Amino acid sequence: MTAVPTSWFLLLSAILFVIGAGGVLLRRNVLIMLMSVEMMMNAVNLTFIALSRHLSSLTGQIFVFMVMAVAAVEVAVGLAILIELNRLRATTDVDDVSSLKG
Amino acid sequence: MPIEIPTLNFIALAPPLIVIGTALLVLLFDLAVTDKRVLGYLGLVGVVIAAGVSIAMGPRPATTFQAMAISDGYALFFNLVFLATAGLSILIAIDYLERHDLQRGEYYALLLFSASGMMLMAAATDLIVVFLGLEIMSVALYILAGFNWRQLASAEAAMKYFILGAFASAFFLYGAALTYGATGTTNLNQIGLWLSGGNSDPMALVGLGLLLAGFAFKVAAVPFQWWTPDVYQGAPTSVTAFMSVGAKGAGFAALIRVLRSGFGDSAYSADWALAAAVLAVLTMTFGNLAALPQKDVKRMLGYSSIAHAGYILVGVAAASESGVRGVLFYLLAYAFMNVGAFAVASALERRGEFSTTQRDYAGLSQREPLLAVAMTVFMLSLTGMPPLVGFWGKLFVFRAAVEAGMSWLAIVGVINSAVSAFYYLGVVVQMYMRAPAEYSPRLVGEESDAKKPAAVNLEVAIGTAVLLAMLLTVVLGLWPGPVASLVTMMPLG
Amino acid sequence: MIIQSIWLAIAFPLAGLLFNGLLGRRLGRGVVGIVGPGTVALAFVVGLFAGLDLLALPAQDRAIVVTLWNWISVGSFRAGMSLLADPLSVLMVLVVTGVGFLIHVYSIGYMEHEEDRLYARFFTFLNLFIVSMLILVLADNYLLMYVGWELVGVCSYLLIGFWFRRGDDPQDPVRLKDGELVPVPANLNPADSGKKAFIVNRVGDFGFALGVFLIWTTFGTLNFADVFGAAPEIASGTVTVITLLLFVGAVGKSAQLPLYVWLPDAMAGPTPVSALIHAATMVTAGVYMVARSHALYALAPTTSLVVALVGVITALYAATIALVQTDLKRVLAYSTISQLGYMFLAVGVGAYASGMFHLTTHAFFKALLFLAAGSVMHALGDVIDIRRMGGLRQKMPRTYWTFVIGALALAGFPLTSGFFSKDEILAKAFEFSPILWALGLLTALLTGFYTFRALFVAFWGSARDQELFDHAHESPGVMTWPLILLAGLALFGGILGLPQILGVDHALAGWLHPAFADLEGEGAEAIHHGLSAGLEWGLLGLSSVIALLGIGLAYWFYVANPGWPADLAVRFKSVFKLLVNKYYVDDLYDLLFVDPGKALARFCAQGIDNAAIDGIIDGGARLIVQGGAWLGRLQTGFIRHYALAMFLGVIVVVAYFFLR
Repeated sequence: MTAVPTSWFLLLSAILFVIGAGGVLLRRNVLIMLMSVEMMMNAVNLTFIALSRHLSSLTGQIFVFMVMAVAAVEVAVGLAILIELNRLRATTDVDDVSSLKG
Repeated sequence: MPIEIPTLNFIALAPPLIVIGTALLVLLFDLAVTDKRVLGYLGLVGVVIAAGVSIAMGPRPATTFQAMAISDGYALFFNLVFLATAGLSILIAIDYLERHDLQRGEYYALLLFSASGMMLMAAATDLIVVFLGLEIMSVALYILAGFNWRQLASAEAAMKYFILGAFASAFFLYGAALTYGATGTTNLNQIGLWLSGGNSDPMALVGLGLLLAGFAFKVAAVPFQWWTPDVYQGAPTSVTAFMSVGAKGAGFAALIRVLRSGFGDSAYSADWALAAAVLAVLTMTFGNLAALPQKDVKRMLGYSSIAHAGYILVGVAAASESGVRGVLFYLLAYAFMNVGAFAVASALERRGEFSTTQRDYAGLSQREPLLAVAMTVFMLSLTGMPPLVGFWGKLFVFRAAVEAGMSWLAIVGVINSAVSAFYYLGVVVQMYMRAPAEYSPRLVGEESDAKKPAAVNLEVAIGTAVLLAMLLTVVLGLWPGPVASLVTMMPLG
Repeated sequence: MIIQSIWLAIAFPLAGLLFNGLLGRRLGRGVVGIVGPGTVALAFVVGLFAGLDLLALPAQDRAIVVTLWNWISVGSFRAGMSLLADPLSVLMVLVVTGVGFLIHVYSIGYMEHEEDRLYARFFTFLNLFIVSMLILVLADNYLLMYVGWELVGVCSYLLIGFWFRRGDDPQDPVRLKDGELVPVPANLNPADSGKKAFIVNRVGDFGFALGVFLIWTTFGTLNFADVFGAAPEIASGTVTVITLLLFVGAVGKSAQLPLYVWLPDAMAGPTPVSALIHAATMVTAGVYMVARSHALYALAPTTSLVVALVGVITALYAATIALVQTDLKRVLAYSTISQLGYMFLAVGVGAYASGMFHLTTHAFFKALLFLAAGSVMHALGDVIDIRRMGGLRQKMPRTYWTFVIGALALAGFPLTSGFFSKDEILAKAFEFSPILWALGLLTALLTGFYTFRALFVAFWGSARDQELFDHAHESPGVMTWPLILLAGLALFGGILGLPQILGVDHALAGWLHPAFADLEGEGAEAIHHGLSAGLEWGLLGLSSVIALLGIGLAYWFYVANPGWPADLAVRFKSVFKLLVNKYYVDDLYDLLFVDPGKALARFCAQGIDNAAIDGIIDGGARLIVQGGAWLGRLQTGFIRHYALAMFLGVIVVVAYFFLR
């Protein structure tokens, strides 16, 4: 059984990353934007893991653990900020938070 | 099979560890102490100790955690920059939070955590640690930006900073991943070894570009600067003071180490130098031009901080030892003059508001001559007027650019400095040549204060911060020798 | 020997200048009034001892060069900060500091009504002038002389415009004198007069500077001794051009035709300034310069003729204008121009010692006349129009009698100082050309007339303005004692240069002889030869008669028949109008230079500077601010826009690295 070539993984993760970025750019719901950022990070994780296997190096996998931990922190903080915002203005639409400009 | 326990040299990372320890202590004492100002002073003690330890350690390089971090002169100097910033910011916050009824123990803990993240970024020699430091710093800053939870502006600032910051982190991560893929390592020195061995890989180049973008976000370089004015304006002023210098300094600390240790001795060095030069021109020009019509002083300082990122990028673009030294000096100078300016701004801020307009400075020379003098010193120093410390910072980075054969870059920088005088001196004009503004209540329930000029809240701690910052701005301006020779003794390890 | 320390003569007034300039306001007028005159007196003493030192030396060694330091040394260009003390310069030092000291003392009284601040400033400027003038006369090279030349011009400007606030607005506060507002004479605007003096002098200075440049290119040195030593080997055409250019400077500085127009207006300055700068010392700098450069002028007969002609024509021309002036100080100003013309006539015909003699006596009697006029102004509250005076001789006897002595000397009344010096010049002119002598003699007649016209109108007769007359009082001793001392000098100063026919030595010619020894037939011996004794007696007698005739005519017109002048003015209306309007020269200059100049300046200011340059700068600034506002609009506040911009930025950066 031949292994799936690394480049396929890399291509897939690149596609996932761009999809995530597209989500951030196109969606207005803060929650979905948050999820899109998570998707970008996980695309990177996939890259790391694929490369780790390709290079027979553990560093990539360690990096993934770190990213996962950080991502969890980010989600926690992000949701907290979202709740704070929601308390002041009952919306999840980022376009509604645009009082600071110019 | 015996399990080998890696020797972990905690001493080498003592300064950030002390700061983290202090932060934990603050959290602990928060449970018992009712007067939260005590926590601020506790944090201050930790900062002073960490600074003392940094100085005591000296510039002798020591790697630790299997070469993932290093304690060299470069990192130690940055420790001083961050600790000075943190110390002054804590002094500002002690009074500022009290006035705005935001006094919470977590504030100081978060600020200290953030500072430890900055110090880790300066010490990191591995992309993993760079990333960790970046996130420790950023996550704490996201929360701090939204610390004024009663104000929509603060929440909005936190939201913008968070989403865009996470977005930028993703790019940074992807860059780290591609660099890892190309070179097979995340260690900066080994990346450098691989590249200087004549190896080349387009993947590494793309990785470098993405890493650059991630740092550019943190230092607020065009076109990644968009968050800066909004977040600076919306965040509590004590936080803005801290992150305007801290986040920018940490971004530059890691950027320069990545570029010079990782990508310095490679075929790409001319490319990233040119990219940095282009970014520098765009950044300072955008920052200065956009600052011109600003009426809100915090927002103006936000744009001005973009401009200063541009000046510092000039030193990065020089891609030389003297460029690095210029950046080091510049950031220390910037710490004093910019935090000082924000200290004055926070002293003038009225209760219940989150920002000051130019009108709030009108006639300040008559109401608070000392504060007006201090603000004038900061504004002139930010303009780059000799003999204040800002002048030397600019001189060193511009000189490095000229030495590197980028005279055009220095010329653009000088022209930009001239433009910046317009808005900095605008504040001075307000303070010295305009009559105090009639106070018009902007908030319901403040009618009792009507017809009075904006109150000046110059308490002990914030006054100390203003005074210290002014003193250092003037003294280091008149006598830059010691710091100038200190930065030459602080090479990258 | 004190002559080695001749720099002390400059150092003392300089110390006074610094002291009064820095501390004068705080220490009060008492200290200022001591330091100012005191330092000048010290300089005078230095000059006196230097003169004695010179006498002790053998005649051929009477030229001491004191090099203080090497001032400029660029390539082969070398100019020493070095001073030359010889009979000529020491004579000037004595005149400048001696007369200067008396005028300083006089100023203590004259400026007593000024505020402390202005009082200190006045004495600071006066000391600055003394310093500058001493630099001019003591310089041993043309460059240092030029420095002094320009510095005295600056002092002149500063002091003419000393009351620069006067005349801004006729209605406006002018100067508080005893707590009252004093009206400004309509035609004297100090600020404008100062500017006029400075600008007209620039024309002359330009010529002088060109002359110095040409000396440098021709001789390769600016040192007097070197230049004069090498002069005989230089082509006479070059020397003529050099001397003409230098003379252009003298014409400006010494107010000769056609650059005399600034001097009458310079009377807007305080009267001690008029006496010191615009009568006794600065305006004679041109004469001194020609005398100093006599080695060059002797080699350029064409230039010398030009000098003599300009001198004698100016003398006559200014005298005719003085006939109809009604402003006492302006009468004196035109007479100064006229007398300077005599001096140039003298140096033009090669009688350098005679020119210096007249310079010296003129310094005495003209300073005296100005100070006496100032005393009158002081008494009358700055009224200077002689038509409002009259009968003052009873009110101010000291001022009157000293004025009489000054007037007699100016008119050339026999045995006064002016008589001897003027007669000597006329005799020399006769020797050169009887036409020049005749013109000079006619001028002498006019001089006697206009001098005593002013005297009779101002001091004789009855009061024309009773209120003013009642207000008048004799000036304080600090002002009258300088007058008395100067009167003594004006009366007996002729002793310095008694004609040979009286059987005594010409003391001044003997003194100056070493300085002019290089000239054949000049100096003491020259007086022996030339004219026969009979002719000289005849000329002397004719001069006396002419002087008396002028005075008599004035008496006839203004005392015996006071109605005549008006009748004459009506009868010769066109001539009268021409004279009153000063031959329309000022108007001509306005038309030719001032108005076009102003129009050009206005065009530059409004057309080029305001519209074009400011427009570009302001427009640029507006554009930049506009650009800033436009950039601000990019900052929409929407996260999506920011994220998109960042994403595009990433693509650009990555593409750059990928495609490089």
